[in-house]
Amino acid sequence: MTDTTGFNHPTPYASWETRGWWEGAGRGEIVLQRCTSCGLVQHKPRAICVKCLTDTIEHFVASGRGTIHTFTVTHQNGVPPFSGQLPYVLAYVELEEGPRVLTNVVGADPASLAIGQAVVADFASTPRDDDEAIAVPRFRPA
Amino acid sequence: MTLSGAIAVAGVYEHPTRWAPDKTEFQIMAESAKGALDDAGLTIGDVDALFAASMTMSGMGIVDLAEYLDLKPTYLDGTNIGGSSFVAHVAHAAAAIHAGMCEVALVLYGSTAASNAMAIGTGMGGERRDPAASFSAPYGMTTVGSYALVAQLHQQRFGTTSEQLAEIAVTMRHHASLNPNAKMRTPITVDDVLASRIISEPLHLLDCCIISDGGGAVVVTSAERARDLPKAPVLLLGCGESVAHQEVGRQDLITTAARQSGGKAFAMAGVTHDDIDLCMIYDSFTITVLATLENLGFCKVGDGGSFVSDGRIRLGGALPVNPDGGGLSSNHPGMRGIFLVIEAVKQLRGECDARQVEGAQLACVHGTGGTLGVAHSGATLILGTEP
Repeated sequence: MTDTTGFNHPTPYASWETRGWWEGAGRGEIVLQRCTSCGLVQHKPRAICVKCLTDTIEHFVASGRGTIHTFTVTHQNGVPPFSGQLPYVLAYVELEEGPRVLTNVVGADPASLAIGQAVVADFASTPRDDDEAIAVPRFRPA
Repeated sequence: MTLSGAIAVAGVYEHPTRWAPDKTEFQIMAESAKGALDDAGLTIGDVDALFAASMTMSGMGIVDLAEYLDLKPTYLDGTNIGGSSFVAHVAHAAAAIHAGMCEVALVLYGSTAASNAMAIGTGMGGERRDPAASFSAPYGMTTVGSYALVAQLHQQRFGTTSEQLAEIAVTMRHHASLNPNAKMRTPITVDDVLASRIISEPLHLLDCCIISDGGGAVVVTSAERARDLPKAPVLLLGCGESVAHQEVGRQDLITTAARQSGGKAFAMAGVTHDDIDLCMIYDSFTITVLATLENLGFCKVGDGGSFVSDGRIRLGGALPVNPDGGGLSSNHPGMRGIFLVIEAVKQLRGECDARQVEGAQLACVHGTGGTLGVAHSGATLILGTEP
């Protein structure tokens, strides 16, 4: 997948409970969890529905559209790769399906961003030793 | 007999150090233990319950600490819920003493965060393999950033200004100027805060707590036993604990853990906000103070900006907050909860000289631990001189 913005992420830690999110991103999709018993859409992903405590969890492809719930332009972070790409935008994006996800907003002048602004999903491939096709979902202005 | 009023803080000690490259965490804890036990008129032989957490203690660290102090307590509690841990420890100790499981509890903290150059605010993260960080590390969330997310939303939703947040930092620095042990004592202005560099918008450098070394200790026992000890007992009247987190994607960032823990503590104490003479509020960042005052119910949610900006939280105001200078200016060795309890107790005893809140009889203490906009804990105490 082509990284259009040049903003890089550390390789995520994908456990078997959470890999649906990262593997979905590898296909260019935002993948969320829904409980087939009660209908709850939940993020972050996990093995059980937090309402039912059952494992009746399915994954589905979300629209990839949302709005900026809140954000902060980060000017100081001593940890690579972020130390080399300051300033950058950390944000909560509220997805159309309900959950708010912690993420980055890329591909825009940070000073131009506003709470409530429409954004769409964007994906950055990350190097991984086993060549598995995972990527990091982040967002850019719609 | 109810818990409220049955348990007392009998001794406290704040280690005066702010820079201790020649000391270990446990050494600072042991020196603080001596100070608090002397203050209480007790000895290490009286201690039968041990409470501690630190920046580097492992899950079994409380066992290592017992070995270091050569103690064999009947009650051990190494709860670590972040910087608020020690506020929670006092409540846990009170419950254990009230239940008859122990009699004299020692709560300890020690840290060399500054001399070990721990970059707590902006240096943790990167490629981490622990599940808890797996959805924040890839996005470069810093500790400061997690608080800034709340500050930005608060400003947008309620019109809170950076000047109002800066007023909190200015107030803490004024208080620190009256505290001979404080690390940063030179007064600052709102303009100084706004002119300091941005760390994570909208938070400036001077919106952030300092990093120091330090430590402290608190001795908790029954009110009955405390009455025979040299210092006037400070009674635990109310307590509460809570956590706030992402709620599977539905977290209301304006509602902090203080809402639940404060509600429980005030209800147990049977006091109102107007009764409170001073607050000790965890001030990791200026927004922490504003959000906590709102969620504890000292003002309406959204009104925190105006609440803090007319001198109300300054010494001499209606509700002095952190007369020691807080983490913003006195000391913040990684975790600060123990100092909230220590200063509240000293204020209620009238031992604070130039920074004394005149006639203080009732204090509200609230610790926040963790990352405000992502996952944090809250612990509240109401402490007073009378049952």
